[in-house]
Order: sequence, then structure tokens, then C-alpha cells
Amino acid sequence: MIEFRDVTFVHQTGKAALRDVNLKVEKAEMLAVVGENGAGKTTLVKHVNGLLKPTKGTVLVDGEETTKKSTAELSRKVGIAFQNPDHQLFSESVEAETAFALKNFGFSRELIDQRLNWALQFFGLEEYRNSSPLALSGGEKKRLTLACILAWDPEVVILDEPTVGQDAIQKEKLSGIIKMLRSTGKTTIIVSHDVEFIWPLQPRLVVMSQGRVVADGPADTLMRDEGLLEGARVMQPQLVELYQRLRRRPDSPFASVNDARLWITGPVVS
Amino acid sequence: MGIATLLDIQRWKGLGGNNMGEILRVQNLSFRYPEATKFAVRDFDLTIKGGEIVILAGPSGCGKSTLLRAVNGLIPHMYTGEYLGSVSVGDHKVSEARMSELAQTVGLLFQNPENQIFMFSVERDIAFGLENLAVPPDEMRTRVDEAMRQLGITDLAQRAPHELSDGQKQRVALAGVIVMRPRLIILDEPTSLLDPKTAVELVELVRRLRDETGITFLIVEHRLELLVRIADRLVVMSEGRKVLDGGPEEVLADERAAAYGISIPPIPRLRNQLKRDGLPLENGFGPDELAEELNREALGR
Repeated sequence: MIEFRDVTFVHQTGKAALRDVNLKVEKAEMLAVVGENGAGKTTLVKHVNGLLKPTKGTVLVDGEETTKKSTAELSRKVGIAFQNPDHQLFSESVEAETAFALKNFGFSRELIDQRLNWALQFFGLEEYRNSSPLALSGGEKKRLTLACILAWDPEVVILDEPTVGQDAIQKEKLSGIIKMLRSTGKTTIIVSHDVEFIWPLQPRLVVMSQGRVVADGPADTLMRDEGLLEGARVMQPQLVELYQRLRRRPDSPFASVNDARLWITGPVVS
Repeated sequence: MGIATLLDIQRWKGLGGNNMGEILRVQNLSFRYPEATKFAVRDFDLTIKGGEIVILAGPSGCGKSTLLRAVNGLIPHMYTGEYLGSVSVGDHKVSEARMSELAQTVGLLFQNPENQIFMFSVERDIAFGLENLAVPPDEMRTRVDEAMRQLGITDLAQRAPHELSDGQKQRVALAGVIVMRPRLIILDEPTSLLDPKTAVELVELVRRLRDETGITFLIVEHRLELLVRIADRLVVMSEGRKVLDGGPEEVLADERAAAYGISIPPIPRLRNQLKRDGLPLENGFGPDELAEELNREALGR
């Protein structure tokens, strides 16, 4: 579905933000990208919808090079909810914002209404239908960007720091949405610092550091690798840390981590 | 350090070294925005002592932002509405004080430091607030240098803020607040845009600033796992009211906290569950302590 071949991206300032990245994401896969600020995570995902084009190497989406497609064409397939919603919201009302892309993609009036109603209800934004997007709180703006994207039903959904500013209830809902995306066969890429949110989803994990992909594998395995995480300045999920503390003593009670659950002589908690 | 600076710091440390007095007193506050049918904050009481670090948590729309506005004076000076009760910061009654007085008593750090940084060099940026108050150049120099030293950014003085990393920007923005020598600093989701390691560094910095200067911190945050370690108190809001207020360990162990929409960090959540299952455990946040206790329980020593 998505393929990076030896991709290097150099900013106008001369700073390399991606270095020799090779990455293949299959259809319906769920990928999480972690790494410290400035590691290249956002630069990486901006290559998927063609907002950025590689300085060297090739990015393919559905077998086609992104350099040969316009961002508008790629956007039909790839929806990105950016970290800072202020960069993405511009319409005079929440309703107009949500309908904007649907109109551009030429959806029928009936379908637009149907999708619009679904998205606003699903994300709890119905009461703000006629408000300006700028009047919403930070967390609500983030939900609106997500509503806009899911309304046009792209094949690839990219979420850049989706949990920022979201309370416990919204995070749980978000986790449910991501699981729903997976079960409906969407390709999902989540960029996040929030390892406590990522780990229970058990995605394939890509660890980035200084523009490079330094590890790529199941989250369950990589999150146990203290050396790797330390080097990339990524925190370990607290339950994994607890598990490793328990295992450190040979006479410790039996503990294991499996399927994003910590087991201490039996299943304890997810 | 000259005597003048020393005295100045004494004064700053909560007026003559008396740190333990009240810095914030919210009494029976209710506020309703003009068009709203419901009160955003209702019958709210909160007292914070000098030098405390207090976290304010609660689901979106619970009234946190309104409360912060009532503390820094935007309510009622900029946002009018139905206002009942009173808010005092230090010696100032917020509804009667001038905004310029409040600005020197309460400092606010926004979630996104980009909204707060705009000058061409780090030191000019930090000096901006003092320039507006027409502080004499010598004193300005001393205070800017001191703020940069406290935040560990002296070597960045001549750099352009937009070239800095996110963690550095956050420190510059905080230096711009500290330099005003406020008695109370409000941090609005300070770690949300930082990667976890940088966030831990910021949290440690807040603790050190409190220890060194006696400044009081009121912190709004959803991501509790990092901040609870340094907090003296955790206050939970729901539908405009204060519903829980106590030591963070006790509040997170309270069954009601999750019901009010608080993200219980993984270790306290696990502790709560194990306690419900009958294990006699203490309260706490760190994986280390819990591993110790579990080993002790399981091995009988």
C-alpha cells in the first residue's frame, strides 16, 4: 500500500529530516511511529500524501510514485489529521469544514449530508454545527479534524499525536475508533508520544531517531528493549517496566506480558 | 550575588520568606457566560498555599479554563458574565485589581510555546515583559540573566527562538514568565507537545524552581503519569464543581476519580485493581515500588 525506498529528505535549511528510510506498509496494517521531537516522524507521514516529496529516493502509494501525483489526488486516498489542528481548519463553520473535502471530491448532496451527520454525531460535535471551528477548545478541534477525514472515508488514515488535549473518555473513544479502522481494513498510521495509549493497541511499531528508522517490529517486542528505547529517547510503558522489574529477581512471582496484558500468576489488567 | 538581588529574592520568595501563607483563595465562586444557560464554574472553593504544586484535572468542558481565567483576571476584566463569590491572589482581589498588577503576580505558560515566543533573540524575548513595565536596564539585565540561569538556557541567549527545539522553546517561554517574578505560575497542559523524556525534564525543572524560589504552581494536565510525582495536591473538577481534592496518591486511589473522567495512570490503576482483588498494597506511582511490594507479598518478606 505504502512504500518508502531509500528516502532522504533535506529541508531548505540543509538539515536532513529523513535519512535512507526504507519502509513498507501493507494494506490494513496498523503502524505506530514513535521517537523524540525532531526525530522525523511528521516529516515521514507528510510524504505519504505528497505534502513533501523526497529529496532522494521514492515513495509509492498503491504502486504509484507520489512525485507523479498531486496532493489533491493523493488526499482522496490518504487522510492526515495533523498534530496542530489550527493548521488545518479554515471554514466559517464546523458544518462547512466537515463538508469541504466531500464537496471537493464531488460527493452527491445526499451523501454529503449523510456523512456529515454521521461524523458530527460520532465525534460529539453536533451542538457546534454552526459555530466557528476557531471557537472550539483544543480537544474539540482535534476531534473535528478527525471527523473531517473519516467523513470522506480514505483508505489510509494518518493520526499525528491524536491524544494531545484529550481527556480519558475521549482517549477511550479514540482507541475504539482506531480498532474500528483496523477491523474495517483501513491502513492506519499513528504518530504518538503517548506510549501508554499505543501499547495496548499492539501495533507494528516503527522507532525513529535523527531521521532514521532504528527499529521496526511488533510493539510488544520492541517496548521491552530498554536499550533501544533509551537510545531513541522513548519512554517504556509503565506496565512493561513493572514486568521487567518483577522479572529481574529470579525468585519473583511469575509475571509475563502477553497480548498487551500484564499477567501476574494470572491475568491482572490490560 | 549583590545584596539588592538577595533581598529581592527574599521578597519574591513569598514576601519576607514567609512562604506558607495563602497565595490563592477562591471562595464560593460561580461564573456564567452571558449566552450560557449553565454556570461554567459553580460554588467553587480552593485555597493554595505558597510553594505548593497543585494539579487541576477533569474532563473537557468541566470548567478548568474558566477557573484559570478567573484566577489570572481575564474573568471578570475581559470576559463578563454573572460572577458570584471572590478570587484573591496574594494581596489582590482579582475583580478589583488592575490587570497590570495581576500580570506581575500570576504568570501563565500556554500549552504551545510558539504562541508566547516572538522576538528575534532568546534574551530579548525573555526581557519583553519587563520592557513593557519600563524596568530600568540594569535591573532588567540582572533579572534576565537570572531567569536564563535558572532555566539552564544561558548559552541560548543570542539564538533565534524559532531555531530551538520544542523543549528549549518551552524553557524560553517559561523564562519569560519567571522573569516577571510572579508568585503563582499557571501551566496549561505543559507537557502535551513534548516527547516523554523532554516532558520528564520539564517536570523536574518545575520541582527545582519551586524548591529554589518558592513559586507556587497550578498545573492543568490530562497526562497525569509524569506530573503526579511532583505534585502536592490533585484537584478534580466535574461539571464546574470541585469534586476531589487531596494528595495525588489518595485521589488516584479513590474509585470516584475514574468515574469523573480522570485518566488514571497505569500503575495506580493496577494498584486499585489488585487492592480490589484483596492484596494489601499501599498507594504509589512508580513501577519500582510496586514491584517491591508485589515481591514482598508473593514471597512473604
